[in-house]
Amino acid sequence: MQIASMHFKERAHDNMGNAQLQGNLQKIKGKFVAKRRQSLVELDDVEATREAARAIRQRALDNLDVWLEMFERNATARGATVLWAETPADVNRHVLAIAARHGVGKIIKSKSMVSEESALDRAIEAAGLDVVETDLGEYILQINDYEPPSHIIGPALHKSKEEVSDLFARVHGTARKVEINELCLEARQMLRKHYLSADMGISGGNFFVAETGSVVLVTNEGNATLTTTLPDVHVAISGIEKIVPTLEDVATLMRMLPRSATGQSISNYVDLLTGIRGEGEFHGARHMYFILVDAGRSAVLGSEVSEALRCIRCGACMNHCPVYQSIGGHSYGWVYPGPIGSILTPSYIGLENALDLPQASTLCNQCGVVCPVKIPLPDLLRKLREQQFARRLRPWSERAGLRLWSWLAARPRLFGASTRIGVRMLRWLGGRDSLIHRLPLGRGWTDGRDMPAPAGRTFRELYAARRADGGQR
Amino acid sequence: MRVGFFVTCLVDLMRPAIGFAAIKLLEAGGAEVFVPATQTCCGQPGYNSGDRDGAIALATKLVAEFEACDYLVAPSGSCTGMIKTHYADLFRDDAPMLARAEALGARTFELTDFLVNVLKLDAVPGTFAGTVTYHDSCAGLREMGVKAQPRALLARMPGVRLNEMTECETCCGFGGTFSIKYGEIATRLADDKCGHIAASGADAVVLGDLGCMLNIEGRLRRRGDRRTRVLHIAELLAGD
Ligand code: SF4
Repeated sequence: MQIASMHFKERAHDNMGNAQLQGNLQKIKGKFVAKRRQSLVELDDVEATREAARAIRQRALDNLDVWLEMFERNATARGATVLWAETPADVNRHVLAIAARHGVGKIIKSKSMVSEESALDRAIEAAGLDVVETDLGEYILQINDYEPPSHIIGPALHKSKEEVSDLFARVHGTARKVEINELCLEARQMLRKHYLSADMGISGGNFFVAETGSVVLVTNEGNATLTTTLPDVHVAISGIEKIVPTLEDVATLMRMLPRSATGQSISNYVDLLTGIRGEGEFHGARHMYFILVDAGRSAVLGSEVSEALRCIRCGACMNHCPVYQSIGGHSYGWVYPGPIGSILTPSYIGLENALDLPQASTLCNQCGVVCPVKIPLPDLLRKLREQQFARRLRPWSERAGLRLWSWLAARPRLFGASTRIGVRMLRWLGGRDSLIHRLPLGRGWTDGRDMPAPAGRTFRELYAARRADGGQR
Repeated sequence: MRVGFFVTCLVDLMRPAIGFAAIKLLEAGGAEVFVPATQTCCGQPGYNSGDRDGAIALATKLVAEFEACDYLVAPSGSCTGMIKTHYADLFRDDAPMLARAEALGARTFELTDFLVNVLKLDAVPGTFAGTVTYHDSCAGLREMGVKAQPRALLARMPGVRLNEMTECETCCGFGGTFSIKYGEIATRLADDKCGHIAASGADAVVLGDLGCMLNIEGRLRRRGDRRTRVLHIAELLAGD
């Protein structure tokens, strides 16, 4: 996918001014939040389950190489082929090689965010093959000239029903539908013929199970089931960090994943796919491939932000993020938006290519308290800020300002003297209504807000004066 | 009981009256208040902006200034959160300092938490007649567990009616330097907050952190609302 993370500010500005988008964001705002809260009530002990989920994911990461080898062994024993992709480009190369080997002309695809990293669909088309997205959200984006996704579980969440109605009528050349049911039916009719004629199905992978060599797919539309079982060839693509040791672990994680994501006790479909179609079996692919993608993950594993790899992609952090809710997912400029995206994007594509992302958070920690695997997202953002500061990736003025502040604050007398002058000047600037309407060096503040003026004398000088007067204090 | 009072740099510079109100409340609860004269800043601006060395210098200074006290209390969830939950990270490679910081952290309290749970203050000196709504500041709520304490104190003021706003736990958009670097987004979040405050119909929005206070008041006034008062919980409780 094209990287636009360096245009964060402009995009956020445009998106905040886009009335259509703001209306759409407004409509979904709070829905996921309320549903998640209601569904978590069903668990006896939410915090204990969350802690168990955290521990499972951490255990997987702590010995990732061991689990990956076990996965490869078990998957291979059941007739599947395990391929490793070091870079996003390797993913595309593997897929095209598999397609060539099996004489594939048409590919159907269920949702895979990892494949967005390498713009797989475009690569398939460039090779002269057909590819059709079967997840409704991804399908909408695909027929809208590959619009980028704005959310990791609802890629087209930013679009209203009306926009989809217009899009379908235009692209399908059908009468414009208005009801959601009719729209779904139309998409289903369009997709059905592709399911039946495709030679190969590509899916993502929510979890890879080491002890069985299986892939777990969590969906609501049933499209992944068809995608992975109707064609002769199935290719599952996901990051190397998606491994979990046992099926028991999957059961625990599944208590948290759908509830955190959509507020469902369980998703409509959970596919557990193990091995190729055996002798006397009626369904399943005849050829099965796993592409396990590194693309920056092993570097993150040894870094200060390694905990981000525990992520199970539920989307709760963005659903609860006031910044994401205001600016929308496209502002972040790459595959993964919101708080987790602000950590993964700089980690995968380079800190210098996403300068705003670690900074564009109030660190309110709403994300940290809802994350089902307890990733301390604000702490990780801070780590990236420290790296930016150390690598001089922030403007010199910011650096100088921070240094001046800590230098002054370490010298109480000088601090006292300069703040006494400072507050008097600002008090004067505030005028009669004690509000500063325009701060020459603080336009970022005063463009949208007044700055309440200080009282004019500091606490420390008033307190010292009281003490000198011999007062009680 | 000797309570070290950390006024915080924002109260020091912007609203000294809040510092005096807090001292009045601590004394009403029977504490002996000590105010280290050399105190300045807890180091949070540097810490949140990546200047780790600057933050370590200020944190070291603060620990030395307050560790002789029985408690450290501040009228801010964000500064006490910094001391209690983040100093450990700053000193992770310095075992002696880490031990000192953790010992101080265990005795560090946000003002209303301290009034309710340690001093068990039952009579509140202030009086106020009207409707208020309470904004839960992020660090106070999610790092320090401040939620019931200010409400319990407000409930002891007979003239005060609390009308909760929707999304009282959502960030107001301050976020330290975020509020200047991403002023447009910060303004948008503050504007949402102001809308909820207005919809609550309260005469005053009450809160426990200066950053949120300046951000919310600044946006309310820019929106043309001159009526709704923005009060720190200490001012309201002390009645100064
Ligand atoms: S970081 Fe946590 S909350 Fe965000 S998507 Fe990943 S698992 Fe979900």
